[in-house]
Amino acid sequence: MITLIIDGKYVEVPEGATVLEAAREADIYIPTLCDDPRLEPFGACRLCLVQIKGMPRPVTACTTPAREGMEVTTTNDEIERIRRTIVELLLSDHPNDCMVCEKAGDCTLQELAYFYGLRENRFWGERRQYSKKDNNPFIERDMEKCVLCGKCVRVCEEVQGVSAIDFAYRGFRTIVAPAFEKDLNCEFCGQCVSVCPTGALVGKLSLGKGRQKDIKRVDTICPYCGCGCNITLHVSRNEIIRVTSSPDTLNEGWLCVKGRFGFKFVNHPDRLKRPLIRKNGRFEEVCWDEALDYVAERLKEIKERYGPDAIAGLSSARCTNEENYLFQKFMRAAVGTNNVDHCARY
Amino acid sequence: MTNSIQEIEDNDLIFVIGSNTKENHPIVALRMIKAVRRGARLIVADPRRVPLVRFAHLWLQHRPGTDVALLNSMMHVILKEELYDKEFIVMMTEGFNEEFRTNLEEYPPEVGEKITGVPKEKIVQAARMYATAEKAGIYYTMGITQHSHGSDNVFSIANLALMTGNLGKASAGVNPLRGQNNVQGSTDMGCSPNMYPGYQRVDIPAVREKFERLWGVRLSDRIGLTASEMTFEAEAGRLKAMYIMGENPVLSDPDVGHTVKALKALDFLVVQDIFMTETAELADVVLPGACFAEKDGTFTNTERRVQRVRRAVSPPGEAREDSWIIAELSKRMGYEMTYNTIEEVFQEIGMAWPAMAGMTYSRLERGGLQWPCPTTDHPGTRYLFKGGFPRGKARFTVVKYRPPAEEPDEEYPFVLTTGRMLFQYHTGTMTRRVPPIEVVAGEPYVEIHPDDALALGIKEGQKVKVVSRRGEVVVRARVTSRPDRGVVFIPFHYREAAANVLTSSLNLDPLCKIPELKVASVRLEPIE
Amino acid sequence: MKGKDIQIKVCMGTGGLAAGGETVLRAFRESLKEKGIDATVDRNCSIHQVGCRGFCARDVLVDVIIDGEKTTYQYIKPEMVPQIVEEHIIKGMPVEEWTVKDDYRQFHEKQVKVVLADCGEIDPEEIDSYIDRGGYEALRRALTEMTPEQIVNTIEASGLRGRGGAGFPTGLKWEYARKNPSEVKYIICNADEGDPGAFMDRSIIEGNPHSVIEGMIIGAYAIGAKKGYVYIRAEYPLAVKRLGIALEQARQRGFLGDDILGSGFSFDIKIKLGAGAFVCGEETALIASIEGKRGMPRAKPPFPVEKGLWGKPTVINNVETLANVPYIIRNGALWFAQYGTDKSKGTKVFALTGKVRNTGLIEVPMGITLREIIYEIGGGIEGDRRLKAVQTGGPSGGCIPAHLIDIPVDYENLTKVGSIVGSGGMVVMDETDCMVNIAKYFLEFTQAESCGKCVPCRIGTKRLLEILTRITEGRGRPGDIELLEVLSNDIKLGSLCGLGQTAPNPVLSTIKYFRDEYEAHIHEKRCPAGVCKNLLTYTILEEFCKGCTLCAKVCPAGAIVGERKQPHRIVQEICIKCGACFETCKFSAIKKG
Ligand SMILES: Cc1cc2nc3c(=O)[nH]c(=O)nc-3n(C[C@H](O)[C@H](O)[C@H](O)COP(=O)(O)O)c2cc1C
Repeated sequence: MITLIIDGKYVEVPEGATVLEAAREADIYIPTLCDDPRLEPFGACRLCLVQIKGMPRPVTACTTPAREGMEVTTTNDEIERIRRTIVELLLSDHPNDCMVCEKAGDCTLQELAYFYGLRENRFWGERRQYSKKDNNPFIERDMEKCVLCGKCVRVCEEVQGVSAIDFAYRGFRTIVAPAFEKDLNCEFCGQCVSVCPTGALVGKLSLGKGRQKDIKRVDTICPYCGCGCNITLHVSRNEIIRVTSSPDTLNEGWLCVKGRFGFKFVNHPDRLKRPLIRKNGRFEEVCWDEALDYVAERLKEIKERYGPDAIAGLSSARCTNEENYLFQKFMRAAVGTNNVDHCARY
Repeated sequence: MTNSIQEIEDNDLIFVIGSNTKENHPIVALRMIKAVRRGARLIVADPRRVPLVRFAHLWLQHRPGTDVALLNSMMHVILKEELYDKEFIVMMTEGFNEEFRTNLEEYPPEVGEKITGVPKEKIVQAARMYATAEKAGIYYTMGITQHSHGSDNVFSIANLALMTGNLGKASAGVNPLRGQNNVQGSTDMGCSPNMYPGYQRVDIPAVREKFERLWGVRLSDRIGLTASEMTFEAEAGRLKAMYIMGENPVLSDPDVGHTVKALKALDFLVVQDIFMTETAELADVVLPGACFAEKDGTFTNTERRVQRVRRAVSPPGEAREDSWIIAELSKRMGYEMTYNTIEEVFQEIGMAWPAMAGMTYSRLERGGLQWPCPTTDHPGTRYLFKGGFPRGKARFTVVKYRPPAEEPDEEYPFVLTTGRMLFQYHTGTMTRRVPPIEVVAGEPYVEIHPDDALALGIKEGQKVKVVSRRGEVVVRARVTSRPDRGVVFIPFHYREAAANVLTSSLNLDPLCKIPELKVASVRLEPIE
Repeated sequence: MKGKDIQIKVCMGTGGLAAGGETVLRAFRESLKEKGIDATVDRNCSIHQVGCRGFCARDVLVDVIIDGEKTTYQYIKPEMVPQIVEEHIIKGMPVEEWTVKDDYRQFHEKQVKVVLADCGEIDPEEIDSYIDRGGYEALRRALTEMTPEQIVNTIEASGLRGRGGAGFPTGLKWEYARKNPSEVKYIICNADEGDPGAFMDRSIIEGNPHSVIEGMIIGAYAIGAKKGYVYIRAEYPLAVKRLGIALEQARQRGFLGDDILGSGFSFDIKIKLGAGAFVCGEETALIASIEGKRGMPRAKPPFPVEKGLWGKPTVINNVETLANVPYIIRNGALWFAQYGTDKSKGTKVFALTGKVRNTGLIEVPMGITLREIIYEIGGGIEGDRRLKAVQTGGPSGGCIPAHLIDIPVDYENLTKVGSIVGSGGMVVMDETDCMVNIAKYFLEFTQAESCGKCVPCRIGTKRLLEILTRITEGRGRPGDIELLEVLSNDIKLGSLCGLGQTAPNPVLSTIKYFRDEYEAHIHEKRCPAGVCKNLLTYTILEEFCKGCTLCAKVCPAGAIVGERKQPHRIVQEICIKCGACFETCKFSAIKKG
């Protein structure tokens, strides 16, 4: 363990920790845009500049390893001035459309602008213009809102191992794009969407479905493969409009295309809405009582006639433990047979 | 899994066999990639160039169904080069005897190469890499189990792990990855013909008596039918009624024609689901259930972690939670189930099975708990068999290589292997109703090696008829070197070209009754 | 002529080649053959291609050396060759008319050549020609007589500092790397040379590639590297070619490869071609580029000596830095340290350009004054106009005003006045140069070359450029100067790498010394140097105008009106400020300003 002093506070962190991690350990807030603890430090947004005693110039807390005895100042007039300039520069090249932006209320840039009270801008000038939109069905890419924090590029390479996107061009024209600026064609895990601090990357399924306010968030488990990823359903008007995952879960906040974007089936018009009984070869909608009575009656009949082992049940690997428990209990206790299985083998 | 997902990143060596992890367990694959970035070595054994191969240090492209030969051959090398863990074998295992060793004698790398098609140098290299790693973990899925000799495959994997002492410690072990969100839970909960909840056998009187007390009713002592047996019994007219909840065996089971015939032969079929599936279409009664987002409860993931599922939206129309439906039916059958809340069911599970006795909903609130968790102050169990095995010592099993039940011949010269792909899930009831997924992966296909395609005059995107002894499907060709020559692959998600029309339901594993879904013989006929 | 030793050396650097060096060389061959002198067979007469000797403006330069007596010709074209052969080589009478004059001697007089000593003398494609002049002697000594520690100590004692821009002490850098216990280490030669107008490194590699290679091998031995890279821009095809030849020859002689000179030390060098992005000269970006990634810098620390290429300790040195090394080892640290000032030892190569009479590549001892460079080596300002400023350090440097040209040129002093030594660009400016426009020129460059990673550099330099542009276009606003200063400071402090950290220097230094010029642009809408087009007004001085109508005829916009023999008038609303009238008027009747 090493001890350093941040804003006069003694902080103990393990060897290899960065100054930013140390500051967070001590609950000292340092603004960031390009940092994500799950990714390699990048040092691009420059917001986490801090002054370290003995260093000739401010350095980024996210890239600087903490050292024994280091004295760090996270805020002073000069640092705040630079941070303010950085945010102002970013805003000078950002469409001013928080009014209709999907990300409003959950946007780090908006937050920073608010924090620094930036209404006027000393640096208004040319803005990057990109008319081309991406025709992939999952991810809306609005590069005018991109702050080039590089999180999407890094997550795609470091975490997903796909490298579907990278920086292209230089200087003011720098952009994040798939190779040859084609439409995105990747695993569509949406990891990039999940780390984007602004509205540059958003899920297409969520567009116009509701912003951050008035959304109910429900933590639950992904219904697809056996990984058991923790997901958060964003619900508006009894409809799931978005799926996210928090970084402090077993899946570290990462999801796959099914987990992140595969929720539309829930309110699909094809959903079964009423019990059906086949009458004269055709299904007819009936009420629950009729359906349940009918099923119970037929099962009892068969049980009486052929014995309980003439009945079998298949349970579902997609249902909950409680339901599976009840299902086999039903087969064993109510029907009286061990003819119960599930699809573990398929 | 004997280990936890999180432990993967501390593996020194990861041996993935018969698992297309990057597509089918994407998040587990991310941990593997993370481990590789941190310096772990990765061996992938798969007949196809699955996406994880990109990250692998060594790829063993063995022919479908030759896993035992491959594993035995690796063990042959480990034995010959004395790379096995002598202390572990003496202390923790039994059966590492003459017979076991002599059996391995038959699988020198040369023989391994002949059977599997993997160059012998690579077999030797893999054996050394695996055996010399400090913490080596094996990960597998259906590529291992869905064979007529799936149990043999699993025993071989266990042998390999035992031989090198890679069991019962962190970041090493034998880890089957569960294919569906709660397949682990269904098994845990006793949805098996021979076991009550918690793997307690129905044919042991003391156990049965315990459950009779808990449920207040007399129980049957006869072992029931497995799913595949149900189909046969139905077809034979001995099984009269089925109650299927949330499953679509018509598409997921082998030999679709056989399944449909069997279900049609029933006197009475009840299907409870959220969509009108291919199976529901055959039913007498269809009951509308609720999906995962519409109910409270728990799922148990592949690493035995029990986690909370929470209701976010209400079900459409009059669809009801499945627990309510079961309880209502039970009542009408004369067996009252009274629970005020779903958590009361969970508490009863804890009474039925000590391994979950220590869990409560409030304890599961954040992150869940891994069973065994016997008491309310138990932290759960990250990896199994720490400090010993439940039956005392772990046993080596003598396993001989047996070829797949169906081998290619003149009429059906290709080996068909089936599986999943990233975008679709299982029989597609859910994912095929997600419009963007249909945009990128809306059509079935058959993967075929460019050389084979050339020989048959098949071009990329061309329609191809794939024919087996059971049936035929028409799909578009995807010409790619992902499969080896002589091997073709079809994902099983698509009703319009159900891969399981082609597979056989006859070749069951003798022990687990798992059908051979991974190997079937087919021929390909280009259309137009 | 029998028995005489004749050498003909034709400059075939990029400059020499562009001026036709190759055809001159061929002309010599043919002409000699015609005259019955087989240049390739007769060992007494040899023709060599040599690298740049600095005075590129005079190319093609040719040395004719007869029995050690050297005559240098300038501006040689192939058609002049037969006459030189006839009169000089055969008859022994130099063609005086074509030989270099006093100014050529003056150009060289104040120079001290260390790294350029062999450039222009040796054939860069012939390893023996380097060895004949003592080449690879330093390597032999280093490997057989010195420990790595002694080498590092020698370099430290010599006071050699990095010539790539930052001036970091080379010995110290090597010492950090040497002490690092890592098994794998790398040494990289930075030959990216991206400063506009700079060609020092190119000339060294073209003229004497072995000196760089020898320096690298010695460095590798000193720090314990087994593998080295030369990162060189693909736009330098000649340098790449000669370097490749030199590497191959060095390998054949056992200077590279396994067990070098029987010392047990093994080392080899690979060439990596850069795509020519300026930022790829920055060391961390360069490393990323070699690793096959996009050339983007990363934050330091950790420095490359701790975590460099593939995460291993890596020494990166500039071409010129490395080329100094063999000479230091051969002649000793004290010999090297005799040149220069207290903290800046040795010599520095500059590319002298701009409004001086003699432009070209020069090597001067540290501590020489700008005045000596401009007025003695450079021969003064073209057209005897007034010196206004000297820009050093390229886009990372600043403008030093005329009144400061007596300061000694070294790392400390140039930094003190707001500029830097940098990699060695030196542009001389006179009263016809607009300082706002100069700042704008450099910002155009840095802005376009910014890698786009960090915000201050990517957007900040763009905004600086926008403000400068509006000032030069007459749209400057009160407060713009202050805004430039504030933004510049924030960019300097906030940027990730050296590019952004120094990009505002041209702005700040011109504001510092030429604030009045900025003010004139903003407040009076006037460009004192008469450069900024939008701010120019051309007016006809009635008292001088003879009404010859010539100006009206050349005006492409038809903006000049007036009767014949009557004073004319320019309609300002129509004038496009092309300056055609100004150029044509025979009576100096048109005023620009
Ligand atoms: C934007 C930028 C461009 C650079 N370009 C070069 C270059 O072209 N050549 C070079 O030798 N150093 C260049 N440098 C300096 C290198 O980063 C590094 O300091 C140098 O190669 C170290 O070698 P030295 O110590 O021998 O000078 C550049 C630095 C920056 C910030």
